Amino acid sequence: MSALSTDSKPSLGRGFRLQWEPAQNAHVLLYPEGMVKLNGSAGEILRRCDGNRTIADIVTDLETAFDASGLTGDVCAFVSIALEKRWLEIHS
Amino acid sequence: MTTVPGHPGPPLWLLLELTYQCPLHCVFCYNPTDFARTGPELATEDWLRVLHEARALGSVQLGLSGGEPLSRPDLEVIVAEAHKLGYYINLITSGVGLTEARIQALKQAGLDHIQLSFQDSTREMNDFLSSTRTFELKSKVAALIKRYEYPMVLNVVLHRLNIDHVEQILEMAEAMQAEYVELANTQYYGWAFQNRERLLPSRAQLKHAEEVTRRYRERPLQKMKIFFVVPDYFENRPKPCMNGLGSVFLTVTPDGTALPCHAARMLPGLTFPNVRESTVKWIWRDSPGFNHYRGDAWMKEPCRSCPEKSRDFGGCRCQAYLLTGDPANTDPVCDLSPHHHLVTEVVAKADQVRPVGSASRLLTGNAAVEKPLIFRDRRNSLALSER
Repeated sequence: MSALSTDSKPSLGRGFRLQWEPAQNAHVLLYPEGMVKLNGSAGEILRRCDGNRTIADIVTDLETAFDASGLTGDVCAFVSIALEKRWLEIHS
Repeated sequence: MTTVPGHPGPPLWLLLELTYQCPLHCVFCYNPTDFARTGPELATEDWLRVLHEARALGSVQLGLSGGEPLSRPDLEVIVAEAHKLGYYINLITSGVGLTEARIQALKQAGLDHIQLSFQDSTREMNDFLSSTRTFELKSKVAALIKRYEYPMVLNVVLHRLNIDHVEQILEMAEAMQAEYVELANTQYYGWAFQNRERLLPSRAQLKHAEEVTRRYRERPLQKMKIFFVVPDYFENRPKPCMNGLGSVFLTVTPDGTALPCHAARMLPGLTFPNVRESTVKWIWRDSPGFNHYRGDAWMKEPCRSCPEKSRDFGGCRCQAYLLTGDPANTDPVCDLSPHHHLVTEVVAKADQVRPVGSASRLLTGNAAVEKPLIFRDRRNSLALSER
């Protein structure tokens, strides 16, 4: 696993699937015999992790969408946790 | 949070036991011992209807199991429909029957993941415990699963006869490039309950296996995620079985009977609904079978006044019934239960029996003096359920 930078392009880990579940009113992450119900911000970050966008792109996108600023720290912190849990991967 | 009768959340987990047919005859199988007497299997269109109705209620994790689900020639049709509906699809298989043609067809149909069961790391024990010759075939299937880029969970049910091989089992899993390994200690229901005396490990065996697992997890470059499921007989508090019956889990058995857990058919005094006659929505929300153990009105002491009841829901109803004769009793795994001695006595007895080293000894020496293992097959099923 390469070190995390704002140029990193995270994508969902193999075997993981993200989808919106109306019955739970939430994004959920599905994986072998398991499921995580995501809170609003986790869902918004993860659905932008498509392997094409860099973390910098994702931050800009979120700041525009939610009329916010200074989200880099929060996004990086979440991506680090998600990498550890293998929800995300980074291919360099 | 306890689920209130009539107002449950969605049945997030749907398990379809497509068939009781199985090429293996495992001594620890949780299937009911009277499986040979259950009615005819559901037709393809019944399974597809169940998939649609459950998905509309919010089911999203789908397990396809059995018996051996590959025994159903319509498995690919069921997977394709489930994929179209947005399920995450887990195939729970022995691997017997998983040819390259089928694995390819299942990939095309949208299967997400394969859980492959192994009985042990050695051919001798694997074949003995399943009463078949399948070790090499399973090894080939594991390679095929990787070639078709499925995530693989390797599941090994642990008990007295194989628990001393945990290190070799983990090495085998790593060599097969499994992403996840489940070292699942036997839960004593169905066939496993019949064979309990022969399967329950000693405390020393369990401790050793836990220690080996802990060391293996710490190995550098070790990437597998290892789950170690402790046998609940060794605990002081019961497991929160199914997160409370009727809370998130819905099983449909081969003949269409819907159950709030795999083993619930044994519970006396309840009639469980059938998907041939009722909609999944009525079954989940309104049927008496599913509502009976929701909430805590059914609980007896010491559960009723216990502050931990919202955490463990009183444990497992089936275990309470199997061990005490009353499914509303506290699961005797709990040391607050007046029946806790029923568990500790069995564990104490297991500590006195000398661990059995190898399958060859099982096949020859000890088998004559100890109670024989009962393999899961039709003949034994009919004999055990004679009326």
